[in-house]
Amino acid sequence: MSERRRHGGRNALLLVAALFALWQAIYWAVGDIALSSPLATLRYTAQLVTGEDFRMHLSDTMRAFAIAFVLSVVIGLLVGFWLGFDRLSGDALEPMIVTVYAIPKLTLYPILLLAFGLGLSAKVAFGVLHGTIPIILFTLGAVRNTRPILLKTAHVLKLSRPQMVRWILFPAAIPEIFTGLRVGFSLTLIGSLLAEMFASQRGLGYLLMNGIGLHNIELVMSVTLLIVVFAAAVSTLLLQVDRKLHRKG
Amino acid sequence: MTTQVALSNVGKTFPASPTTAALHALGPIDLELQRGEFFAVVGPSGCGKSTLLEIIAGLTPATQGSVEFEGRRIAGEAPDSIGVVFQEDASLPWLDVTENVAFGLRRSKLAKDERDARVRDALRLVGLSDFATSYPAQLSGGMRQRVCIARTLVMQPRLILLDEPFGALDQQTRLLMGDELLLMWRATGATVFLITHALDEATMLADRIGVMSARPGRLIDVVETNWPRERDSRIVERSEFGAITARLWKTLREESLKTIGRAVPKPAADA
Amino acid sequence: MKRLFLYRLAVVAGAIALLEIFCLTGVIDKITMQPPHLIARDLYRLLASGRMNGAIWKTSTNTLLALVLALGVGVVAAALLHRLRALRDTLDPLFATYYAVPVFAFYPFFIVVFGLGDLPQILIAFMLGVVAMIVNTLNGLDRVPPVLLKTGRIMRLTPIDTALRLTLPAAGPYILTGVKLAVAYAFIGIIGSEFILSRGGIGYEINFAYNNFDNATMYPLIVLILLASIAINTVLTRWEKTLLARRGAR
Repeated sequence: MSERRRHGGRNALLLVAALFALWQAIYWAVGDIALSSPLATLRYTAQLVTGEDFRMHLSDTMRAFAIAFVLSVVIGLLVGFWLGFDRLSGDALEPMIVTVYAIPKLTLYPILLLAFGLGLSAKVAFGVLHGTIPIILFTLGAVRNTRPILLKTAHVLKLSRPQMVRWILFPAAIPEIFTGLRVGFSLTLIGSLLAEMFASQRGLGYLLMNGIGLHNIELVMSVTLLIVVFAAAVSTLLLQVDRKLHRKG
Repeated sequence: MTTQVALSNVGKTFPASPTTAALHALGPIDLELQRGEFFAVVGPSGCGKSTLLEIIAGLTPATQGSVEFEGRRIAGEAPDSIGVVFQEDASLPWLDVTENVAFGLRRSKLAKDERDARVRDALRLVGLSDFATSYPAQLSGGMRQRVCIARTLVMQPRLILLDEPFGALDQQTRLLMGDELLLMWRATGATVFLITHALDEATMLADRIGVMSARPGRLIDVVETNWPRERDSRIVERSEFGAITARLWKTLREESLKTIGRAVPKPAADA
Repeated sequence: MKRLFLYRLAVVAGAIALLEIFCLTGVIDKITMQPPHLIARDLYRLLASGRMNGAIWKTSTNTLLALVLALGVGVVAAALLHRLRALRDTLDPLFATYYAVPVFAFYPFFIVVFGLGDLPQILIAFMLGVVAMIVNTLNGLDRVPPVLLKTGRIMRLTPIDTALRLTLPAAGPYILTGVKLAVAYAFIGIIGSEFILSRGGIGYEINFAYNNFDNATMYPLIVLILLASIAINTVLTRWEKTLLARRGAR
């Protein structure tokens, strides 16, 4: 297993190196007008993150994201468990939820803006809109696909219903639920950032759009880099936990 | 009797990889199959039975020795007159039964009506005429395996290799499938080489039974059954049936114990 | 089956009725939203007037272009990666975290590089779709039962025959799942980037209407997008179901 992990780490490093090389190559091909080099971008990023302004934007994004994620988890788990237990509702609503998952949710943004106004609550709502659905779907699937033999075992051991949920259903469903949380985490982040990108006066998304407006390539690339690195790092971490849970389960 | 398949000094060693040591899986094996006979191979799990079959089929090259089929050396490619039925379900789920069986003739240059006739005959032989337009998913495991057998039969092979074809089926179905296999064997006149882990199945079906040792698999015994050519599963009632099966088990017991990691127990001194 | 249909009908009808009541009684004010029956009427008028034909055409062709690119590149890339184990292992972390990264964050950068035309949009839509295609095709190729390939060898099929008659159909359902996702992603990519910054297309029109407080155009267009994506998704899901049902995976 440690062998495997070492391989995974080496692959990730190799990949990051390759991506940076690609970036540098494109920079040489395209030039300064459209692109800043990896080194220049890193330098600018270092400057950017130490600035006072940046901390304000970052904390704004993080606040919206944190609230949205907590709401996504609570709503997602509640609805997921409900649909997992209630066969009829689950069968009826699951395909509808899957369909909603596939629509371009960006188009709904104006409605959210009209309903919630410009600012934090619209950002949160948009994050929740993105993040709850995968949590619902994975939780529903986890509850429903509990191996029947486990439920029979619970029956044979004469567990009460709460005991059954506590000791059988929940532990058995945890790996799948965690996968839902992992995907939900990423999508909530994407949702909140998207919301910031075109209707907000603060946050990283706003900073990105501002960079375009000012034609500040270094700013655009630095913020893109920060977002990508953050999203990829957290997602890799969650993926490790996810895989560990699935191996055990 | 003429010799159809001749194996001499055949063996297989898987080379070492960065994570595993080299593995001597099979051999050396010397064996001759007579044209038209029914030969079964039994052996403990992991003894290289399937590797032996794949070598004869030309799916895997042997690392030592030579295999000749009808006087020609088999080297890395499956000869046209050899058909194989695997243990795993190899029916194609996106084709119906007729299309599945006709798939066996993809490479042949037969006229269409000749082709249709062969497919019809094969379906009749395996008893699937009423299911010609069904899809595999609508059939039971035994029926799907018969689809694969029919697909092999349309190619009119002179040698049919079967790798535990009934391994996934229940005992009653296996006995009945055994009867059908005997019917096909007589109807086609082909040589049958059957790999199985079920001793009774081998005894019931075969003219000769090869017993393999634990890995690296070698032939440690070849038992002749002397059954008449016209026979079916009712042969299990005969007293010789029990005697042959017992002899197989006596030879195999020690080998099987080795493969499950047990030391061979010594018989009690006063027994 | 019928009960499920009635349940769904009740949910949809209930939601629309609720909105209708809220709008008519003023719980939701006129500036925020029009009652659903007016949206339906406006949608009909909008489509009948032909005013949006240009935008619809632009969005559809761009989506289709991005989709075709994503499907073609996706399948070829997957077929190659399936053979190149080392490269595949190296790219694995990329695929695993890909959809956690906001691809739209690259849109501004593409605009800077390629200008404010169709290309950045198509690129975003392609980037969103292609990885779903690669991952699912790889998954399908991994699951082709080895026994089928052995059968192909016994029959001495040519490599092309093996690919077209055995590998592709065997991986078919998984590839279709990839197609389904790629369609959704391509659509999301085009509409989304039109929405963020562009010079035309339905996403642009929605944003334009929003900025001009033109609810009579905005809501019908949003509904149009929703209906289109629901319709496409439903059709593909049906197809996928029939394919899987034939294989006994109900």
